[in-house]
Amino acid sequence: MSEHTNIPPRFRAPSALTWVLVVGFAAFFIQGIVASDISLDRLVRGASNLVRFLGQAVPPDFSRAPNIADAMLETLNIAVVGVTFGCILSVPLALLAARNTAPNALVRTFARFVISVSRTIPDLIWALIFVVTVGLGPLAGILAIIMDTIGFAARFYSERFEEVQKGPSEALTSTGAGRLSVILGAILPESFASMTATSLFSVEKAIRSAVTLGLVGAGGIGVELSTAMRLFRYDQAAAIILVILVVVVAFEQLSSTIRKRII
Amino acid sequence: MTPAIETEDLRVSYGKLEVLRGVTLGIPAQQGVVLLGANGCGKSTLMRSLNALEKPQSGTIRIHGETLSTASGTRLREIRRGMGYVFQQFNLVPQLSAFQNVLLGAMGRHRLGLLGCLSLTASAEERARAMHSLERVGMVDRALHRPAELSGGQQQRVAIARMLMQAPRVVVADEPIASLDPKAGREVLDLLWRVVREEGLSMLCTLHQLDLAREYADRVIGLKAGRVAVDAAIGDTDTEQLNALYSGMTDQDDEPAGVAA
Repeated sequence: MSEHTNIPPRFRAPSALTWVLVVGFAAFFIQGIVASDISLDRLVRGASNLVRFLGQAVPPDFSRAPNIADAMLETLNIAVVGVTFGCILSVPLALLAARNTAPNALVRTFARFVISVSRTIPDLIWALIFVVTVGLGPLAGILAIIMDTIGFAARFYSERFEEVQKGPSEALTSTGAGRLSVILGAILPESFASMTATSLFSVEKAIRSAVTLGLVGAGGIGVELSTAMRLFRYDQAAAIILVILVVVVAFEQLSSTIRKRII
Repeated sequence: MTPAIETEDLRVSYGKLEVLRGVTLGIPAQQGVVLLGANGCGKSTLMRSLNALEKPQSGTIRIHGETLSTASGTRLREIRRGMGYVFQQFNLVPQLSAFQNVLLGAMGRHRLGLLGCLSLTASAEERARAMHSLERVGMVDRALHRPAELSGGQQQRVAIARMLMQAPRVVVADEPIASLDPKAGREVLDLLWRVVREEGLSMLCTLHQLDLAREYADRVIGLKAGRVAVDAAIGDTDTEQLNALYSGMTDQDDEPAGVAA
């Protein structure tokens, strides 16, 4: 064999940056375990508490079924109304944020900023903010869902707009059509199927969020659940959790069926 | 009479690559011109510049005497409205029916843009005109089909109907049959030139087939490495001259060092 051939080494020492990252992560992880005081003893006690909780939760108590149904309906209202407004508001925002439809870089940066703020702030925090501003109840929940939907839907709409093939919009531009007409005539129809799928995802996401929003007082079934838990009525809590489970699964099935039909 | 298309020392470059290096040509009204040239010689760039889809670095373009290079906003749209563009890839909106695609051709002449040419809201007159355009390209029975349900040749027919709907005075056709098989290509080209002649339009059309160019064109312009190499009435050209367009240094990249700017 020739001495000139350089056979790649079996192992290459990781770079300094890799070392820093690995050691840093490991240190943070160990500190986390120590700080949260994890011990076998506590886990064993936790398991026996869980058994006691389950013992009290079974059989679930459906005696408050009418109230639960009311609260569930309110949850669905929050989700549906919030997601509808959210999706409607997302369309113009996404058009302003997409590279090929934004009027200029300044507007685009601003629109992207608005979208990323609505996305980075979690829905529960939006709910807390709106409970403070508009008071307890479903309106706060609706506003929180709107913000949450904008963060999700506007981002995916605008990514879809940017992926649209250039040809058809160019063809309409070449006929002397205005910018808005080109967007409405070519870019929106091309994105429509994907936008519908995104909107249905938003509905699923919104129903899941709407359930938890009640925990901070923003209306819906979460209010019932947190009350039942605080009063140690685990049997009533179990009934509520079962209802949530059934409704959420049913809605996800429905929406995935519709999505499959469209795409 | 003002020429339909006029360019003067048109230069376009992408970064360091000069694609068009001073193209000067004039096309009188009602003349049908075929533009020949090898791939990469700048044909498409020239065509796109004529519709302001591409921005030239220097030089002037006048469409029916109107200067394109300085026009913007409403005036640019006005000039574009008078120019029908036929693309190699048809460029129909895939989600819309053939009928709706043709209606969109009228978008430039409506103040309300899209509202004036949505199938739902367009006037009875525009709807009838769209149907008539489809009739002229022989696609009436496919009016409600989406582009994906049509063959390539049929899609290009719909695109020609959209161009008719626009009612332009000059047509720019960028390799209208390059993605079609020979038979369908022939039929589409027949249709395109017939329509152009019937309407008394001017046309600049790029082709790759010399024999077809001879058959349809009044005049041939040959582009080589970003410059006009041949410009003659169809009768005055010989095959050797046209074949030379496709041999030797046809790309801007091929230009020997020192000569390239």
